[in-house]
Amino acid sequence: MTVNVGLTHFLIISAILFSLGIYGIITRKNAVMVLMGIELILNSANINFVAFARYGNFGFSGQIIALFVIILAAAEAAIALAIVLNIYKTFSNVNVDEIDKLKE
Amino acid sequence: MSGFPILSLITFLPILGMIIVLILPKEQQKHIKYTTLIITAIQVILAIILLANYNYSAAGVYEEKSFQFIEKFRWIEISEISWLGKVKIDYFLGIDGISMPMVLLTAIISFIATISSWNIEKSVKGYFALFLLLDTGMMGVFVALDFFLFYIFWELMLLPMYFLIGIWGGPRKEYAAIKFFIYTLFGSVFILLVMIGLYFSATETLADGTKVFTFNLLQLMNPNNYLQDGILSPLNPHNLRFIAYLALFVGFAIKIPMFPFHTWLPDAHVEAPTPISVILAGVLLKMGTYGILRISYPIFPEITRQLMWWIALFGMINIIYGALVALAQKDFKKLIAYSSVSHMGYVLLGMASLSSTGITGAIFQMFNHGTITAMLFLIVGVIYDRAHTRGLNDFGGLAAQMPVYTGFVTVAFFAAIGLPSLSGFISEALVFVGAFGVTNIRIITMISTLGILLGAGYMLWTLQRIFFGPLNEKWSSLKDLEFREYAMFAPLSAIIIFLGVYPSAMLNIMNTSVNTLVSFLFNGQ
Amino acid sequence: MTEYLLVTLSIITLFLPVFGFATLIFFGKKFPKLYLFEVGILFTALIISILILFAKLTYFDKDIVSSLTWFILSNAPNTGTVNIELGIKIDNITAIMLFVVNLISALVHLYSIEYMRGDKRYTRYFAYLGLFTFSMLGIVLTHNLLMMYIFWELVGLSSYLLIGFWFEKKSAADASKKAFIVNRVGDVGMFIGILILFTNYKTFTFDTIFHQISIGNLPFGSEAWLTAAGILVFMGAVGKSAQFPLHVWLPDAMEGPTPVSALIHAATMVAAGVYLVTRIFVMLTADAMLVIAIVGALTSFVAATIAITQNDIKKVLAYSTVSQLGYMIMSLGVGAYVFAFFHLVTHAFFKACLFLGSGSVIHSMHHEQDIRNMGGLRKKMPITYITFLISTLAISGIPLTSGFLSKDGILAGTLVFGKLTGHWLIPVFGFTVAALTAFYMFRLLILTFHGEPRDHHKFEHAHESPLVMTAPLIVLAILSIFIFYTPNPFSPDEGWFLKNWVKTPQQVTPVSSRFDFMKSESKNINIHGEIIHSELYTETLHWAHYPAMMLSITLAGLGILFAFMFYQWKKVNVDKLTEKIKPVYNFSLNKWYIDELYDATAVGQTLNFSKVLAWFDNNIIDGIVNGSAWITKSFSNLSGLFDNYVVDGLVNFTAFFSGFVGFSLKKLQTGKVQTYIVFVVFSVIILLLIFKPF
Repeated sequence: MTVNVGLTHFLIISAILFSLGIYGIITRKNAVMVLMGIELILNSANINFVAFARYGNFGFSGQIIALFVIILAAAEAAIALAIVLNIYKTFSNVNVDEIDKLKE
Repeated sequence: MSGFPILSLITFLPILGMIIVLILPKEQQKHIKYTTLIITAIQVILAIILLANYNYSAAGVYEEKSFQFIEKFRWIEISEISWLGKVKIDYFLGIDGISMPMVLLTAIISFIATISSWNIEKSVKGYFALFLLLDTGMMGVFVALDFFLFYIFWELMLLPMYFLIGIWGGPRKEYAAIKFFIYTLFGSVFILLVMIGLYFSATETLADGTKVFTFNLLQLMNPNNYLQDGILSPLNPHNLRFIAYLALFVGFAIKIPMFPFHTWLPDAHVEAPTPISVILAGVLLKMGTYGILRISYPIFPEITRQLMWWIALFGMINIIYGALVALAQKDFKKLIAYSSVSHMGYVLLGMASLSSTGITGAIFQMFNHGTITAMLFLIVGVIYDRAHTRGLNDFGGLAAQMPVYTGFVTVAFFAAIGLPSLSGFISEALVFVGAFGVTNIRIITMISTLGILLGAGYMLWTLQRIFFGPLNEKWSSLKDLEFREYAMFAPLSAIIIFLGVYPSAMLNIMNTSVNTLVSFLFNGQ
Repeated sequence: MTEYLLVTLSIITLFLPVFGFATLIFFGKKFPKLYLFEVGILFTALIISILILFAKLTYFDKDIVSSLTWFILSNAPNTGTVNIELGIKIDNITAIMLFVVNLISALVHLYSIEYMRGDKRYTRYFAYLGLFTFSMLGIVLTHNLLMMYIFWELVGLSSYLLIGFWFEKKSAADASKKAFIVNRVGDVGMFIGILILFTNYKTFTFDTIFHQISIGNLPFGSEAWLTAAGILVFMGAVGKSAQFPLHVWLPDAMEGPTPVSALIHAATMVAAGVYLVTRIFVMLTADAMLVIAIVGALTSFVAATIAITQNDIKKVLAYSTVSQLGYMIMSLGVGAYVFAFFHLVTHAFFKACLFLGSGSVIHSMHHEQDIRNMGGLRKKMPITYITFLISTLAISGIPLTSGFLSKDGILAGTLVFGKLTGHWLIPVFGFTVAALTAFYMFRLLILTFHGEPRDHHKFEHAHESPLVMTAPLIVLAILSIFIFYTPNPFSPDEGWFLKNWVKTPQQVTPVSSRFDFMKSESKNINIHGEIIHSELYTETLHWAHYPAMMLSITLAGLGILFAFMFYQWKKVNVDKLTEKIKPVYNFSLNKWYIDELYDATAVGQTLNFSKVLAWFDNNIIDGIVNGSAWITKSFSNLSGLFDNYVVDGLVNFTAFFSGFVGFSLKKLQTGKVQTYIVFVVFSVIILLLIFKPF
């Protein structure tokens, strides 16, 4: 039985990744884990870009944007980790539940 | 004389006096009083100057050029307001034979009332300031020939009156003052409505040929000035002139006061201080009948003719009803107040006759009632000052105690019941002669003559209860008149007797104007 | 003597007394002696009036009229110029009246000097007398109705002041008020009558009005209105001359000083009513005259029946005055014009004499007026007695007196009237009254002057009055003798008074509205001419002459006889008799209960009605005013509440609601990013579910 891998499969994969990412963001208390969830969401977006580029009539723009996103994600991870480090310095933990200064 | 603004002077002189009074420090009561006295005295002199320069053959009434001492200039002018068009209001003063007696009356009564105010003690400054403001309002009503101006003076006089009763009055002063104020204001609303209605119904042609809406009374009297579709225009088949006439009449009737709008009068009189009662009865009541003669009659001649029977009927009711109610009073001042109601009935009856004799009688009666009733209220004031009561049954035998006072009382009382050789007789007789000559109000006139009888009844009964009989020991220390009181009674008595013997002095002033008014009512211009 | 002089003299006599009045009012307090000035003025006026009388009767046949414009309402539209004139008219009647009024007034002034001495308002009294004389002369002299009315009211005023002269007495004050108001009742009628005439003729002048009527110009074109006008003007006379039913004021008016009663309430003012009717006599229709005759007859009868039982000397005289005035009015009503005026003059003299005589008695008895306490005064006061006797004889109609002449003429007139028109009741009343008059007058005379004194204490002090008081009595008593009026004491017609001086004028009313006997035979109408009676009338008059005379003398004699039997010789016990006829006696003593009737009806009900109206005014009319104020106030209170709770409530609720919502939603903001994300996710899911983009 041969399965014809099509756009739908990529999108399902991407959706699963996205959901996992959301799940990670919401449920994890550790800020680093939340960051990782964000990475997952970014990657699910990348899969979508590439998949649409492959199956749609977009040329290589999808792959190029995916490359940009990967670079951006790396930069973002670096900045976010720096923030997490600063948060850690201020609050002595990185537990997002307890950091609700935004409320004020 | 021409060119000199004597009417403005006589009208606004009291305002000048008011400013002086307001500038003077509160403690200088004497100066305040003398200022007022001098101002009102000058007013009397000005009125006499007016009389001396008065042209007896100029008619006035509806014709601008035969009015006298005219002052006319543009007062308010707004070139263009979107839908209103051009707004133009004149400052327009002038007198004729109808207003001349009233101007005289106002000047005299104000002067006498000032003398009578001499023993006011409570916040003298405020009193005299308001008094002078009131004076301006009264004088203005009688000289204004522009409806807008008339209305302003009409309202202007309300305010000081309210305070004069409300602050310097008797025990129920607040009630009386508010009743007076609201009642009159209620009437003013009607006048205002009609005034606005007339404004939008008629135009005046200016010198440059443009037509603008007008408040000018003389222009409003001219049927040619009305617009085709004006709400109060006789040309408009669906006009509201009848209703407007009734509204205007009610507005004036409250002031007269005509039954059944008269009940503010006894309250206001009883509570007001003596000089204010004098002004109220002497001048203010005349404004109602004056307004009818000056405004209602010539502007709505056809409705006047239509309603003359009703006016006469209300005149009769006033005469008889006022006299009967006066008969039952136990308070001296209230009795005089109701006698005013009765006497103003004669004015209404005379006016309703629409005849020269009747209207002449009515105007003369306005003047005479002004002087006679002023005297009656002064009489009440004198006795109240001394005895601090006004109950008719509390006295007795004062004639022996105060003979001079009783002498003046006799003159005033007999003038009030129309004794010949005193002025009241001439006017009442003229009213009856005029009214009797008109077929459809003849019966009413005959019934009204009962007023002569009832008048004698309540007046003589009062005279007897207060002045005759054995002297009530309680009053054996009352003093007779002092000089100041002489000074108020003597001139009034002199006027009453003089006009009773030589009525031409007053009748000639009105003759031409009244004739013109009557022919205008029947034939137009 | 020219007309001009005569007019000037009349005007001087007219104004002299008012000049005295003004002088005394203003300077009387400082110069108490000024009353002599007033008395002097009156005697001057008397002399002038004698001159006028003499001149008028001797030199002028025609009436003298002089007038001036008082005020004018010129060029009135619809009605034309109205010219109100003042003027005087001097005819024989005026001249005689001028003399009568001035004479009695002067005598009363003289008399009062003594009578009123010591009064605290002595000069004031003389001032009022002056005012009265002025007004009375005005009535006499006027040539128009308006002036008549003016002076009519002025005599009313002076009468008011003089009746209430001793106003400290409540009864005096009451009486003066009553007099004025009762008179006003008549005056209202008179005023309406004048209005009717003026409306039609645009003038008040008698002669012009009469001329208009004579040329057939009737008021409002109908005879009924003419009759009405006549009766209404006559109402003035009903009031002033104290005719039934308005006679009630005159007896009460006796509260005034006695000389005043003599002058005003006996001789002159009350006769003004009669004078007025003589003035308008020519315009009276048959119906009006009948009314006048009936009123007069009733009055004389009612008053005579009351006079019989009165015990106050002045009250008896007052009722006799009312009765005699009734005679005069009746006489005018039956067309006996000349006798009415004749009686007016003779009555003025003898009644003034009677009153002044009674004043003399009262003065000497220290203000005792009850005849039951008098008696025997004849010896103490001979002059008063004799003059009083002469006057009593005159009023009773005994031959050789003036009263006999005039009264007999009146009775003959009523008899003729009865025969010609069938109204027999009028002569019956007339003759009955003649008997009653003789009876009560002699009752008065006997009780006062004859017999034994009943109050010895007062009798001891009684004395004859001084000369200033007796002199007027003597003059007036002498004037009550026939010789001044006619040489033949049984035929007044032959005397100069009736033959030369006073004539019945020709009626101006339409012929159809006259009595048959007033119709003139000749066709031409002459308003100032003497009436030429029909032959029938003349014949009847001749027929009536002797029966009337016989009958009146007999009746008067009977009256006197009874009076002597009752009171002098005591043949009949009066007390027992009155006991027997108690109800009748009481009816008379209480004046027919007329005062009580008026108090209960007209006066009382007017007062009650006025109270009801005052209540109505205070509670209903003012109630409506205050009620509408209350309603407005309540309504504004309600709208205040509405405003406070509903309108403002809504505003506050909005604020509260948003606050509440905000407060509730605040909890959603946790500050935790994760929660927000959950919201976002769920929101997106919900949005997707709602909009179903797939």
